[in-house]
Amino acid sequence: MSSVIGITFGNTSSSIAVATQDGKVDVIANPDGDRAIPSVLSYIGIDEYHGAQAVAQLVRNASNTIINFRDFIGKQYDDVDVSVAARGAAPVKTEDGGIGYNITREDDRVELVTVNEAATRHFKQLKSAAEDYLGQKVESAVLTVPTNFNEHQREVLVQIASAAGFQVLQLINEPSAALLAHLTAASTALGEDELLKDLIYVVADFGGIRSDAAVIAVRGGILTILATAHEFNLGGDDLDDAISEHFAKEFEKKYQANPRKNARSLAKLKAESIVAKKTLSNVQSSSFSIESLAEGFDFLSNINRLRFELAARKPLSDMTAFVEKVLTKAGLDALDIDGVLLAGGCANVVKLAQNVQYLFPESTKIIAPSFDAKASNPEELSTRGAALQAALIESFDEAEVKESLQPIVVNTQHLQAPIGIKDAEGNFQALLVAETAYPIKRSIEVTNGDSSDVVVELYEGKRTIKETVIEPEARNPEDSDYDSDDSDEEPEIKKEVVYVAGDLLAKTVLSDLKPNSKLEVIVNITQNGVLHLTSRELKQGAIAVKGEVQGH
Amino acid sequence: MSIVLPALQGPKTPAFESYKPYSAPVRRPIEPVGRYFLAHATRTLRGHTWSEFEKLEAEKNVQVVEEDEDADLGDEEQSAELLATSPREWKEADLYAVLGLSHLRWKATEDQIRRAHRKQVLKHHPDKKSASGGLDQDDFFKVIQKAFEVMTDSNKRAQFDSVDELATVAPPSAKSEYDFFEAWGPVFETNAHFSKKQPVPLLGDKDSTKEEVDAFYKFWGKFDSWKSFEFKDEDVPDDSANRDHKRYIERKNISNRKKLKQEDNKILNEMVGRAQKEDPRIKAWKEAIKKEKEQAKWEKGAGSRAAAEAAAKKKAEEEAAKKKADEEAVLAKADAKKAKEAAKSAKKKNKRAVRGAPKAANYFGDEAKAEIIDGDVDLLLEKLDDLQLVSLAAKSEGDADAVKAAFVEMVSELTTSGTLKASYVKYFV
Ligand SMILES: Nc1ncnc2c1ncn2[C@@H]1O[C@H](COP(=O)(O)OP(=O)(O)OP(=O)(O)O)[C@@H](O)[C@H]1O
Ligand SMILES: [Mg+2]
Repeated sequence: MSSVIGITFGNTSSSIAVATQDGKVDVIANPDGDRAIPSVLSYIGIDEYHGAQAVAQLVRNASNTIINFRDFIGKQYDDVDVSVAARGAAPVKTEDGGIGYNITREDDRVELVTVNEAATRHFKQLKSAAEDYLGQKVESAVLTVPTNFNEHQREVLVQIASAAGFQVLQLINEPSAALLAHLTAASTALGEDELLKDLIYVVADFGGIRSDAAVIAVRGGILTILATAHEFNLGGDDLDDAISEHFAKEFEKKYQANPRKNARSLAKLKAESIVAKKTLSNVQSSSFSIESLAEGFDFLSNINRLRFELAARKPLSDMTAFVEKVLTKAGLDALDIDGVLLAGGCANVVKLAQNVQYLFPESTKIIAPSFDAKASNPEELSTRGAALQAALIESFDEAEVKESLQPIVVNTQHLQAPIGIKDAEGNFQALLVAETAYPIKRSIEVTNGDSSDVVVELYEGKRTIKETVIEPEARNPEDSDYDSDDSDEEPEIKKEVVYVAGDLLAKTVLSDLKPNSKLEVIVNITQNGVLHLTSRELKQGAIAVKGEVQGH
Repeated sequence: MSIVLPALQGPKTPAFESYKPYSAPVRRPIEPVGRYFLAHATRTLRGHTWSEFEKLEAEKNVQVVEEDEDADLGDEEQSAELLATSPREWKEADLYAVLGLSHLRWKATEDQIRRAHRKQVLKHHPDKKSASGGLDQDDFFKVIQKAFEVMTDSNKRAQFDSVDELATVAPPSAKSEYDFFEAWGPVFETNAHFSKKQPVPLLGDKDSTKEEVDAFYKFWGKFDSWKSFEFKDEDVPDDSANRDHKRYIERKNISNRKKLKQEDNKILNEMVGRAQKEDPRIKAWKEAIKKEKEQAKWEKGAGSRAAAEAAAKKKAEEEAAKKKADEEAVLAKADAKKAKEAAKSAKKKNKRAVRGAPKAANYFGDEAKAEIIDGDVDLLLEKLDDLQLVSLAAKSEGDADAVKAAFVEMVSELTTSGTLKASYVKYFV
């Protein structure tokens, strides 16, 4: 077990995890037994409540319950959307223009709790939960942040951690952490190194009050973010609200009483809506019951998945549109995406995963719990990634970590077009794919077949779309389930990206070979962008033909 | 199975040859996570001592994915006057400025509108204002919400864009001195997006070909804009008590929209006409044709023997041709007389068709106005040229609404061309 933990701090919930060196991760539950620990603090007199216990206070003690404050970190009051706190304590402007909350404590004393102070207390709670589990002190952690957290916010977060009593060894981006966790878990499951497969992923993270997406190229184990998108005010809260509204209407019709008029009724609706929503991720229908919802009426009802999907159609379709948006920003087509990793609590919603699947061709793998029961819990992905990273760097000290984050290490050139060779049939065979970070070295074993002299032609690849018409399957005429007019259905066209040889960059000749000799072609690009092509016969004493391809 | 290499077609030497540089790379930050990153870091740091120069280079031209370009979207300074807009007068305000998008206007994408709106909400949300002590501070917030509503509804946005005076560049004042292309280019560029047909040819420059220029004026001469003028409607009262009044306002709005549309078309037509007249390229071409003619004349005048001979020959040919033509003309005259008579009767028939059309269409449901309508038709018949008559006659049959529309259209054609004074027309407006 590593002594360094991974922490993900969300607006809605947070989680903590610890990893072993061989890639096994434990997500740690707090004393309430929660692994998704609500990022909520509530105060009654001298007592502080945290997590699910604080959430429970939103019905009776909303004005002293602090919610959704993560994105406020390092921000000025004038720059933020305070409406995200509408269900809890109202944010106020502090003297220095920052954000705080006026909390009533014992004997009606009003305490100003700043956002930094709230975050510090939240971190202390997380730290203590981790220490309970590990049975030892936690001194440092790897934290995840959204990609749009700016430098200042990152610095403030590090200070907050240190005020809470631990050191931040590294801050890493949420989507990269999530993808690292997924690829590591998949490698273990498949017994192959998934990090070494050159694939392009979309990580789409649907949280409580925001949605984030990133397009990430994985090349030779290195992750590069090609584009990101963020949508604020889109997330699980909108799904809850849709359920609440559905039942508010039903209640109104039944009792002629409006449950939207008072904050307490609204809070009860919200709490039960969250429960129903989560239930519907696992089963087809959920009960819905609230004691004394409004004007003394108890409410007991039921909702099935279809009803929920109808009620929440708008936010659900906004979520799929959001995924399309990040593709556009990356300048890519759905056909270019190999996998979509759905992260965040809302990734559990069955319909969301389905809708996202419709956006992509069959060849794109959608990773979500409803498609693969063994997939990691999407809410925990980024924490798991943070824990893995923590285990990797735990033996490094602060200076060493800092050194590895220098621009000279991190800012690297990326290849823009694939490079490969032509085979005897004239097909382009990629050796290097676009968006691979320098330096690069790839080799491939080839043969001369029965020719004694062969040529290695190095090309840049050109992207083309290949369309294959799939004739509709011939139907069994006895199968009367089909409508006869269905039969003139248009044939399906399957599209795929195929690279063909574009510009010829260089060539080498290998001559006087025995039939079916083993040959090797090596392409490498140095950190400074010098490209070498080497070919040789794989036998003792053979001389390699090597040359430098012109630079730009 | 390993890949089979193609057989060598050419000579065996040279063994290596390089042809073309490969595409330039893009510098991006890689994600500092995972063991392969650690290996990369170790390799980069241990295998090499980096000079200060190389270190600095690594910070340059790095592609960033977080959208900084739009970080200040919606941050425009808003004037005190704009901020004081009362919600009741929201239509008077520059709705793009309200969202802080006055530099983008119709070019603002939906995404930009959403983000700018969010910025405004952050700045002007009443919760914040009342927290900082102001009362009744949500007036401007209401205007923001109105602007957002308009801008996110494609219909309403098009209606606002139709009357957005700041969207277009006005033609240069005729009195001032200006460079034709500099002054007129932006006028056409900013008007182009109002065309139903896209893409729209633009003014071009002094090197544009004659075909391009002709195509340009041909397109703009028939410019079909999507502008519509609902935004200038008077609010229709929604109390059901006074339905007559309500209907009256509605009707007034409809006719006002039409009027504005006509005016707008007219302004555009005049603008295109003026540009065409001023166009230095057209002037130059006319000049060139004139010169060519003069040149030809001069060459003829300077008459070498060959030219004189050619002229004589030509003259003889011409004379022969003339003789033949004269003979033919005699024959043709007889034919022409017949044709003329036929045309006359056709014209009569067409006039009859036009004159009878309103009645046949039951005066479009306005029997009470039969006299006024017939008056308009007479007026129209006086002003129509032969072609217009033929075209209107062709449209004088069938569905009453279509007939009426044809009349209205013809009237507007005549009024825009100045043949007919608009104020004379009573019904077909
Ligand atoms: N099983 C489930 N089914 C459906 N929704 C769920 C499920 N579990 C959690 N959620 C929802 O996911 C949301 C929280 O997701 P997550 O923990 O990823 O958010 P966060 O990262 O803390 O918030 P944000 O991204 O807004 O900062 C909540 O709306 C929650 O109700
Ligand atoms: Mg999140």
